[in-house]
Amino acid sequence: MHLILFIVFAGFCLAGAINLLLQSHPINSALSLIVVMVSLAVLYLLLGAEFLAAAQVIVYAGAIMVLFTFVIMLLNASREERTLGSRAALRVGFPAVVAILAIIATVILHTQGLGVARLSDGITSTEELSAVLFTKLLLPFEVTSVLILIAILGAVALAGHDERERTGGK
Amino acid sequence: MTILQFILWSVLKVAVVTVVMLLAVAYTVLLERKLVGRIQNRWGPSRVGPFGLLQPLVDGAKSFLKEDIIPTGVYRPLYLIAPILALGCALISIGVVPFGVPVSIAGSPPLFQIANVNIGLLVILAVTSIGVYGIALAGWSSNSKYSLLGALRSSAQLVSYELALGLSLVGVVLRAGSLNLRVIVEQQATQGMLTWNIFGGGQIFAFFIYLMAAYAETNRSPFDLPEAESELTGGYHTEYSSMKFAMFFMAEYANMITVGCVATLLFFGGWTSPFGDLIPPFENVFFDAGLSLFWFVLKVFAFLFLYVWVRGTLPRFRYDQLMNFGWRWLMPLAILNIVATSLWLAYR
Repeated sequence: MHLILFIVFAGFCLAGAINLLLQSHPINSALSLIVVMVSLAVLYLLLGAEFLAAAQVIVYAGAIMVLFTFVIMLLNASREERTLGSRAALRVGFPAVVAILAIIATVILHTQGLGVARLSDGITSTEELSAVLFTKLLLPFEVTSVLILIAILGAVALAGHDERERTGGK
Repeated sequence: MTILQFILWSVLKVAVVTVVMLLAVAYTVLLERKLVGRIQNRWGPSRVGPFGLLQPLVDGAKSFLKEDIIPTGVYRPLYLIAPILALGCALISIGVVPFGVPVSIAGSPPLFQIANVNIGLLVILAVTSIGVYGIALAGWSSNSKYSLLGALRSSAQLVSYELALGLSLVGVVLRAGSLNLRVIVEQQATQGMLTWNIFGGGQIFAFFIYLMAAYAETNRSPFDLPEAESELTGGYHTEYSSMKFAMFFMAEYANMITVGCVATLLFFGGWTSPFGDLIPPFENVFFDAGLSLFWFVLKVFAFLFLYVWVRGTLPRFRYDQLMNFGWRWLMPLAILNIVATSLWLAYR
């Protein structure tokens, strides 16, 4: 049962990713990305990470991708054009990505003591996750939140800067 | 229980819940038309059947039989997917809502809930956040200025108020220590009305924040700017007709029912009686189940009534007021509520 679901949703995920690259209209690509993210959420669920799955859908598919589609709609982005640059990126980009992925995969496969993930009925409950997050991993967790806070402040500062210039430095 | 039995029971439950939900949607529309009529001192639908009770069925038949017009300028694939997405998401979220005490007959899985999920609350939030795409894509693919404006307003409003909505629920989750909707209900049901989250739980501010954010989330008056008739002729569904329009319409009312269910479960003790143990439980399984169903339906009905009442009384917000209210008032208040609840729980 788990294996069937895994194959189906991994298939969705790959199909979405390939469709993302092949579509020439940005909104179709954005929608393919949503398919990828939702099927990834199902894969997380199959691995027993229920909270991660829900967060993936709420944050990535629900919030971030809405902003993506929003920007595409507002800018009225049309079909992409093939230029010299994009052709060059196509030629060099794919081999480069394959090479990088190969290197990462080799390193991960050769590292010892990484633990295993398998399709299972066992589910890591939200309580266990938060217990680990707020005791063992407290420092990285807080550092990440500070990082996000800095990004928010930076965005506000940039937006405010533009506003001042337009209104004549009030 | 074999896997075949499980699948058969699940299909049965899904079928029953879907039919009941669609009927509820149809009659919520009638309820709204009747009540708004009475508020405006007129009768509302009264011709089809006794008290106009057959009106929803006739309306449904009309939507089915009308000519299905697709305007020439639309982007077809997305134009066709958008209403399905909107209605689908609105109907899926009811799948994790428990309606009554967990009874089972003849070795069945617990009836009165399709799926008892550990993260039920998060599932509802996730499905509603996907529902935004139905509206956004409808507006964009229609290729019309009114639709696009309506869709942009709606997406901005949904993204803004989703924050306040999510944060207002954290207090309840903190108190229950679980995201499972059944656990949340059972935790507040110990002393009847006194221990409901809205009274004994001290979540009354959270409840009002949730209610206001949810009204904005469902695009309902006084936050119904995405379809402000006087400015946008119809908003995101201007270019839709016949059944496709009806699907958006049904999605809106299904979302209203879901909001009523969530408010009932999180703040008003779900299917439990407000009198707690003052009325001793019957020893009969069927009576107990029926009574729990009665309380649940009564509470959800009260929320639907409130929806219509608010629509009949309050004028529409201006757009900047809407954004200011969401970001400057609701969200900080929701965060304060989380801090206060955490301090109280830590002190206790």
